Order: sequence, then structure tokens, then C-alpha cells
Amino acid sequence: MVVYNYVFIGLLLLVAVAFAAAPLVVVALVAPRKRSAAKDDTYECGVRTHGETWVRFRIQYYIYAIMFVVFDIETVFLYPWAVSYGGLGTFALVEMVVFLTILGAGLAYAWAKGVLRWA
Amino acid sequence: MIPDEVWRSAVVPVANLQLVELNLQTWIRWALWLAVGFAGIFPGIVAYMVWLERKVAARFQDRIGPNRVGPLGLLQPIADAIKLITKENIVPRSADRIVHLLAPILVLVSAFLVMAVVPFAVGLVPVDLPSGLVYLIAVSSLSPLGIFLAGWSSRNKYSLLGAMRAVAQLVSYEVPQVLATIPVALWAGSLSLVTIFDRQLEFGWNVFSPPGFLAFATFLIAGVAEVNRTPFDLPEAESEIIAGYHTEYTGMRFGLFFLAEYLSVFGVSCVATVLFLGGGTPIPFLEFPVDLLGDSTASLIVVNLILLSVFLLKVLGFIFLMFWIRATLPRMRVDRLMNFAWKYLVPLSILNVFFAAIWYEMVIRPGGLTFGNWLRGTLVTGVLVAAAVYLTFLLNRKLAEAKPLDADWPSVAPATEAAR
Repeated sequence: MVVYNYVFIGLLLLVAVAFAAAPLVVVALVAPRKRSAAKDDTYECGVRTHGETWVRFRIQYYIYAIMFVVFDIETVFLYPWAVSYGGLGTFALVEMVVFLTILGAGLAYAWAKGVLRWA
Repeated sequence: MIPDEVWRSAVVPVANLQLVELNLQTWIRWALWLAVGFAGIFPGIVAYMVWLERKVAARFQDRIGPNRVGPLGLLQPIADAIKLITKENIVPRSADRIVHLLAPILVLVSAFLVMAVVPFAVGLVPVDLPSGLVYLIAVSSLSPLGIFLAGWSSRNKYSLLGAMRAVAQLVSYEVPQVLATIPVALWAGSLSLVTIFDRQLEFGWNVFSPPGFLAFATFLIAGVAEVNRTPFDLPEAESEIIAGYHTEYTGMRFGLFFLAEYLSVFGVSCVATVLFLGGGTPIPFLEFPVDLLGDSTASLIVVNLILLSVFLLKVLGFIFLMFWIRATLPRMRVDRLMNFAWKYLVPLSILNVFFAAIWYEMVIRPGGLTFGNWLRGTLVTGVLVAAAVYLTFLLNRKLAEAKPLDADWPSVAPATEAAR
């Protein structure tokens, strides 16, 4: 029978989950369990937790996430280009110069707009 | 624009590479890898990395380190494991219990999956995926997700801060890390780590070319940031936010994060060794004779043992380097950390893609690694790389001077002068 070798990745995934879950099962069996109100409190340096924790967070992080998505998709285009570069020749190189110049211009624009300014 | 036969010649062999005959031999090989390698040797290596780090860190600080449990403290990892397992598991009342449980498992699974495509020696590879590099990036980006889930589900403000910092840092450094692997894929003409390793058996290590060196340095810096180690350990900065995303984790659940961190250190060292330092090849530039002692099985075993030992020595070098960096450098400031990724490493790695293409045209396309080709390629790309690095740093310094971060903050200078 011929299968894709990604089957191994699936098996490894199962083994990894089992490897991570097994000690937790042992913990559930052997570790002591003594609950108390103080122990189950949120640990914030002994001070009673104040206000809501799950709040809306700074927009700055979101902007970095968008930048990440842009550049991650760029690499999705770069990999096939890099692999077949040897057989493609000058035209491919020129195209990649154009593509990366547009991306670089995007980075420069974000930079100039202060998106990368962490303050 | 790209002729049909080019596509066909590129795509069809890849499709064939993905297939494997599922017979008894394959099953035995896979079972051995899973049971001996992934569930036995790798966690063992990681356990003794922790011991080694404690010893090395102790020496850097003029201490002895663990020396009570067993000779030289060699049984310390086992004692640690027993301690972690017998500790009570505490989940805060207000936490999201299911996500709190799943997060450490996800982080550890991500660290395990990275090891699946690493060729340790000739033929000694768990699975040779034709798209190995893309697979690596895909599975290694699971860990920021797990870290974020951990911080969010704990419902602790320090955890949340740590998780937010972790995600911002990990996604930022993933971009230069991924871009740094493009030259390697370009020179090998493949995404398979086995092919990349084989190419370096023939043509010498990737690190010994100016674009390769720049890519290696970028990969290493980003790699240290990806595994959250000093000087990039802001997500778990203990002097600021207790323990960051794993503040609310106790006992074995914390142990899983700890194991995952060290497993990722091992994983990123292995990947860096394969991509840039020629895997287990002992000597750069020399074609390693895989049939050193003839064609027999014994010869293959001897050669593989040499390759494997050299490989592990290189990995140990990387690991020691990370311990050393931890003992030497203080933690970075968060704005400088983000700036370094986006304003230095990303532009440099984008430029480096072109330098890699120039190296390909000057050295690899004209028929491989002759001395003349190598010298000419090194001179041309070396000048370009040095100029790019210099200009990037110069430009950043000029821009930072023109627009300082604290320009709109109240100045402290008059106060100090008045005090005098």
C-alpha cells in the first residue's frame, strides 16, 4: 500500500499529545488535592485582583499582527520562486525585484507613518 | 511566462517524493522513531540540557550548581520530574479551565513536531517531506498560539501582559527567521531538509558565503527570540511580570512549558545546524565521502556515527552559545526589541534574498564551487552584504536621532542641573 509520508506526521501528532497528556494523568492520580479559597485566587503578588482582566488591549499589537500577515504571505510567494529559481532565469529575478520593491515600499510607508513606533 | 515543462519537471518529482510504501519495514522504522526517538531520546536530551544549563550557569556565576542528587548532580532531572509530578495542580477559580489545560499541550506538541524533518545523518531522518521548510514554519507558529491561550485563559493581568508580549515578539521575529531560510532554499533548489543537507555535502556549508553568513546570523538571533530566551525573554520577565504567561501554572503543567522551551532550543539548534552548518559534515568545503570504507553496511554505520557525533557536537555548540548569551546579556527593552526585528532584520533579510540570487549566479550556476568562483562570489556579495548592514545601521541611527522616542516626554535634564 502506498501512502503519503504525511501519515508519519499524523502518528507523531498522536504520540506528542499522548506524551504531553500522560504526566497530567499521573498528576491527577498521585498529586495531593487540597483546595482552599486563598489558593484558588488569581495570583497577582498577593494583592486582591482589581477590575476586569479580559479587556480590550492596545491597538499597537493588532497593527503588528497585520504586518506579520502581510510578510508571512510574502514568504509563501517567495518559497516557490526560490525553489525553481535555477530553471527560471532573469525574468523571474526581475519580477521578484518588482514584487519585493512594492513590499519594501509598504514597509517604508508603515515606518514613515509611525506604525513601527512603540510608544 | 514560465514554460509548461519547467512546471512539470518541478512539480511531478515532488509529488512522487511524498509517497511511501507502507510495508512492515516502514512500520518498524516509524515505530522506532516514535518510541525510541520522540518518546525516549529527545526528552532525555532535553532533561540533561536542563542539568547542563544549571551547571554552566553556575560556573558563569562562580557557583558549583546541582551536586547533591547522584554524582555531579546527574540524577537531578529525575528528581525534578518526580517533584513536578507530585505537586498539586492549581487552577485559579476564574480561569477558563479547558483552555488552561490545552495550552501547555499545544506548546509541547508544536515543539515535538519541529523535530520530524531534521536529517541527523545520511538516511537518519524521521520523515523526508518535500516541503520540509514550509512544514517547519507551519508547526513552529503553533507555539505562539499556545502561549497566548495560556496567558489569556489564566485570567491574570501578568499572564495577559506576558501573552501579549509573547505574541508580538514571536510574530515579529518569525518574519526575519523565515526570510533567512529563503537563500538556503534558493541554493538547494528544494524545500526538503534532506536535499539541503545533501547539497552542503557537495558544495560546502551555507554559512561560508557572505549572504549565507548574514542569513545565519539573522536566523540565530531570531531563533533565540523564538524560544523566548535572554535577551529576548520579555514574555516571562520575572522582575516585571512574575512569570508572564505561565504565572498561573503549577506542577506538571508548568513542567510541560519548561520541557517545550528546552525542546524548542534543541529543535532550533538542529534546524540551524542542518540549514547553515552542513548538518553532520565535519569539514566545510570538502565533499564528505559517504562511501568512506567501501559500500558495505558496516561502512555506512561508521560514516553515520561520525556524521551523527559531529551533528550533535554542533548542536551542543549552539546550545552552549545560548547558555552563554543568557549569562552575559541583560534583557532588552520592548521597543528596542520590536525595532530590531522590523527596522534592522526584516530589511536586511529582504535585501539578502537578492544577494543570495547573485551568489547563485556567480557560484552555483557556473558549475559549482571552484576556488575562482568562490573568491569572486565572496568579494562581490561580501561588499554588498557589508554595505547593506552598514547602511541599515546608519539609516536607523540617523532616523532615531531625527525623531527620538522620548521627544515629547518631559525632560529630566533641568532637574539634574538644579540639583547640582
